Amino acid sequence: MIGSARYWREVPQRYRYEAAKCVKCGEVFFPPRLVCNGCGGREFTKQTLEPNGSVETFTIIQVAPTGFEDQAPYAVGVIKLDDGVKLTAQIVDCDPESLAVGDRVRLEFRRVQQDGESGILCYGYKFVPVAK
Amino acid sequence: MEVGIVGYGAYVPRHRIKVEEIAKVWGADAPSYKRGLMLREKSVPAPDQDTITMSVEAGRHAIHRADVDPAEIGAIYIGSESHPYAVKPSGTVVAEALGATPDIHCADFEFACKAGSEGMFVALSMVKAGQMDYALGIGADTSQGAPGDALEYSASAGAAAFLFGRKDLVAVCEETHSFMTDTPDFWRREYQFYPRHAGRFTGEPAYFKHITGCARALLEKSNTKPEDFRWAVFHQPNGKFPMKVGQGLGFTKDQLEQGWLSPTLGNTYSGSSPMGLAAILDVAQPGDRIFMVSYGSGAGSDGFIWRVTDRISSVQPQAPHTRAQLEDRPIYIDYGTYAKFRGKIRKLGE
Repeated sequence: MIGSARYWREVPQRYRYEAAKCVKCGEVFFPPRLVCNGCGGREFTKQTLEPNGSVETFTIIQVAPTGFEDQAPYAVGVIKLDDGVKLTAQIVDCDPESLAVGDRVRLEFRRVQQDGESGILCYGYKFVPVAK
Repeated sequence: MEVGIVGYGAYVPRHRIKVEEIAKVWGADAPSYKRGLMLREKSVPAPDQDTITMSVEAGRHAIHRADVDPAEIGAIYIGSESHPYAVKPSGTVVAEALGATPDIHCADFEFACKAGSEGMFVALSMVKAGQMDYALGIGADTSQGAPGDALEYSASAGAAAFLFGRKDLVAVCEETHSFMTDTPDFWRREYQFYPRHAGRFTGEPAYFKHITGCARALLEKSNTKPEDFRWAVFHQPNGKFPMKVGQGLGFTKDQLEQGWLSPTLGNTYSGSSPMGLAAILDVAQPGDRIFMVSYGSGAGSDGFIWRVTDRISSVQPQAPHTRAQLEDRPIYIDYGTYAKFRGKIRKLGE
């Protein structure tokens, strides 16, 4: 379980999907970096990720880590968004066995973790299949 | 100066449970429930969905339709009886996710099923008072019914969001009215997981009295008659009550059906009549007038008269329609899965 401070620091990415675009070479980083690993540039502009993308690959989690046991089996995939950025996240609202590489998905705001019955609730992004 | 809705949006979870699935667990007669309540199925939130997540999705649809910079929104009011935290606002998370922080006023409202229309009323009034250019009012709930209780057949989940402003309106607010008395028809005490209700007392002295009282005052204030409206929507605790109260007031089935979502959606509590309004706006034509009255136990009603503008046709396709979401690939679950999703099963150590 992540602590309040770390969760809070990641709010722009978890809630608003804010990436950093290198001013010099145009590469987009999510989460943002301080130094571009392509050109060494240190100046970035904010870019909001495209919410739609396609499944590049995925796995089905059968033995889940602590806090996620009740969700198994569930899918975790690498999604290539329409702006080219790749994101790893859960894919929900589907039968994991019915997923296929190339399926169209979109970002939705969901509860990702919770710190027991009395701790903070952590929100963020997951992917859901879009209608074919 | 005209004020009204600049953008709107709704969100419906994809999971559903049928009346038959609940009835078979409790030995109840499904056909009589379906006939008596005029309900076929209801939406169910997944374990990772709550009032906050649904409010964010509905809010994004509203802002997208409005084509407004979220930083210009001066207030966010979320009405719900299922705010995920007892102490910590839902609105902070939602405003942050929508990109509306930090120069914004925020409050979470509670008034049983009319908390959503309360949020709408206050947001609209803040804009009308000139305090801000835009304000967001949201009604959302993941309501709970006790196992085996009649409420279990109807308590569902959904959200609707409305961005209010003074320019580029899609619907002008022509009149409002609120009507309230102290009527103990439904309640939930501190630390209690499920609400309680007063059975048949929730009908005539509560739902029907307050909606009728509010509606009649609203018609009188606005000098209008039911036939002056193209559409009407009322709070939907089940399928039967909104049809009965609407037709009792003189509205026709044709005026009521577009916003009548409860037969397949259930009672989304604070989201109920606001989601019905969103479904109406999805198909409304310029010049249409809409009559809306909410209801919240305790008890009270908020009434609104909306007049749709020419801008409606350009914003309708900008976000998913409410009925399209309701019909989009529903995932039917059994009672065991439903009980797990809704936290009705206590595991060892919990």
